[in-house]
Amino acid sequence: MRCLSLMLTRRCALALALLSGPVAAMAQTPDGITVYNAQHVSLTKAWVEAFTRDTGIKVTVRNGSDMELGNQIVQEGAASPADVFLTENSPAMALVDNAKLFEPVPVDIRAQVPEQYRPSTGNWVGIAARSTVFVYNKTKLTADQLPKSLLDLADPKWKGRWAASPTGADFQAIVSALLDLRGEAATAAWLKAMKENFVAYRGNSTAMKAVNAGQVDTAVIYNYYWFGDQAKTGENSNNVSLHYFRNQDPGAFVSVSGGGVLASSKNKQQAEAFLKWVTGKGGQDILRTGDSFEYAVGVGASSNPKLVPLNELQAPKVDPAKLNSKKVTDLMMAAGLL
Amino acid sequence: MHSARAVWVKIAALVVSLATLLPIGFIIDMGVRTGWPVLSTMLFRQRVAELLLNTVLLAAVTVPLCIVLAVAVAWLTERSDLAGARIWSALAVAPLAVPAFVHGYAWATVAPGLHGLPGAVMVSVIAYAAFLYLPVAATLRRLDPGLEEVAASLGHPPWRVFWRVVLPQLRVAICGGSLLIGLHLLAEYGLYGMIRFDTFTTAIIDQFQSAYNGPAANTLAGVLVLCCFGFLTLEAGLRGRERYARVGAGAARLPVRIRLGWLALPCLVGLVGLVVLTLGVPLVTLARWLLAGGIAVWRVDEIGSALAQTILYALLGGTAATVAAIPMAWLSVRAPGRLQRALEGCNYIVGALPGVVIALALVTITVRVALPLYQSVATLVFAYMLMFLPRAILSLRGSIAQAPVELEHIAGSLGRSPARAIWAVTMRLAAPGAAAGLALVALGITNELTATMMLAPNGTQTLATGFWAYTAELDYAAAAPYALIMILFSLPLVWLLHSQSRRMAGR
Repeated sequence: MRCLSLMLTRRCALALALLSGPVAAMAQTPDGITVYNAQHVSLTKAWVEAFTRDTGIKVTVRNGSDMELGNQIVQEGAASPADVFLTENSPAMALVDNAKLFEPVPVDIRAQVPEQYRPSTGNWVGIAARSTVFVYNKTKLTADQLPKSLLDLADPKWKGRWAASPTGADFQAIVSALLDLRGEAATAAWLKAMKENFVAYRGNSTAMKAVNAGQVDTAVIYNYYWFGDQAKTGENSNNVSLHYFRNQDPGAFVSVSGGGVLASSKNKQQAEAFLKWVTGKGGQDILRTGDSFEYAVGVGASSNPKLVPLNELQAPKVDPAKLNSKKVTDLMMAAGLL
Repeated sequence: MHSARAVWVKIAALVVSLATLLPIGFIIDMGVRTGWPVLSTMLFRQRVAELLLNTVLLAAVTVPLCIVLAVAVAWLTERSDLAGARIWSALAVAPLAVPAFVHGYAWATVAPGLHGLPGAVMVSVIAYAAFLYLPVAATLRRLDPGLEEVAASLGHPPWRVFWRVVLPQLRVAICGGSLLIGLHLLAEYGLYGMIRFDTFTTAIIDQFQSAYNGPAANTLAGVLVLCCFGFLTLEAGLRGRERYARVGAGAARLPVRIRLGWLALPCLVGLVGLVVLTLGVPLVTLARWLLAGGIAVWRVDEIGSALAQTILYALLGGTAATVAAIPMAWLSVRAPGRLQRALEGCNYIVGALPGVVIALALVTITVRVALPLYQSVATLVFAYMLMFLPRAILSLRGSIAQAPVELEHIAGSLGRSPARAIWAVTMRLAAPGAAAGLALVALGITNELTATMMLAPNGTQTLATGFWAYTAELDYAAAAPYALIMILFSLPLVWLLHSQSRRMAGR
């Protein structure tokens, strides 16, 4: 018994010694840049792989969600290990921007993105975009029964009939647009009605899956989930149709995904090279050809032809720099949604 | 000499125990800093009331169901003449090898509509009932049948014998197992995320993802800690102070197995049904996704790196917890006293805290005060050590108790320094217990999700976080290999648990 345990101890020591290679690699910051990534893991992976292939610059990715990583960068302040921050939506970028932690974006990178997909502050740029969409189960509802506006979902006749993922950055971005467009009182009232009416799901894809299965009639999500699933097997979306609110409705909000270089970065040149690459032809082409189904926003870049073109969506005009995530979470907490 | 040695060990134990108080100290500190006005608005709101109700209901329904189920199955496998009792007993423990969030994943696949309290209760019972089965079966196995025969000879019918003689003797086992399940219900994130049921832990993660470590998350963590204390107190009260010991000459006989007769068939059908739910559903679902995914989901570099990192963390965390447990375990055997009991209490309390609370505390402390440790391997290993310390202490304590103190004294009289005497004699003799403890800690780390997600260094992906990342994208096929490896990893350890509980009963 004693021999056995001794042997075990020695084996453990040996294994530890063998494994100390990877731990050393994990413990020290590797050369190259660190990206705090809240974009889709697979999209950023495709970007990073192609970028490293083109430039030889190594990229370490930390995945998380918009507000988690945004708040994390604010907490880390000047000591942040991040060089670049990529998000799915604008509010987290605005949060970091308001904390004065971004390096102003060089003119040549800004010139790659049209003005409506950039914040007025000029400290970060759009890297992609997504549109709010109302999805419904087409076996349960017909096109004429659909609401005309996102605000109609506060009506008692929609009680228990629509789903959303209130904890996600996507939905919170939609609320931030509502707040910017209609003001605090209207937003608080709408959220209160939402608490009464909606069914909570964790994640937009789960919400769409539930609509497809008929567990709930409709959902407020982003557009690319449906296209992504259709491109695969369609098993989570074949019963689902898309309805765009249009008419500059808050529910027609197009959310800009942002990218920025942190002022605290010690590898600014490489970080800016990455941002330039993502907003340039290489990065934007991946949006068109890949399976992310997000809109390309670069000057002259075209999106996946399957998508409804961005300029036909009649989105409301919102300055992405003005989206206030803190106020949104406060209002959602007050409504009992968080 | 003895006292000098004890001082050093006491200091070491004191240091470890102070470290274990860090998370609770953090919660209190944050509460004081936030101030009552803000705290009360965070605390007294509808959402917190909903979460509290959810948590209380979940525990109040799940735990009794687990007790009934575990006692019934344990009675069948230990006290009846059921065919293949040993196999059924192994099958009753086997669900522990399937991480709770994999149970959730399987049920989300089989019954996508399953959600809310009924779904959460059902999957929790399936995932956790084995925690009760283990101690209940072990106790049933070593009960003296004499007591039951006396009761029967006094004219009690069998059901009343069971109710008044057998069940009271199971009380300690039932209380202990129930506490373990209760604490798991409080701490689990993945399962309830899959089944769409909101508890304090899921709400804290939601808050963390919407606002990082803001005051709202800390307030919820404070309430969660109070829930844990509530469970600990409740268990201590229900367990009572009675002692259950057999007095009498010689050894107890083996209990006579009761003939089931025509009841055997329904009992077998029931057990088969149970195994289908607890093992069939997760394994068949996993097989289905693996088949659907084919060879494409075996991304060898990605899975290999996750596997290597998981093994590494399991070994590092297991070693850290075992080493940290040595002073406390040694003290509790060699020099028990008031101080020792107080310190040991601290160590158990931190083990009862959910990973999410410990992670929240360490994130904030490292980012604000100890920045070099922020997002470091060391911090994550430290979190694992805190979470799994009780497992290591319990395993070590039993082994140290069996190492004669006289050998330590002889080593001392032959010139070894006190520390070396402990190391060279007692710790070697206690090595099997230490190894078992290390294995249990490693099992916990392999299946740990929340703390790993929140504390992991940049670029880290373990099996559990890799699995979770894919399920979040609804890519259940790509997640399947990770789940399979976690199960294969856990199987030997669960087998160890099972055989240990049999050995404990001496059969």
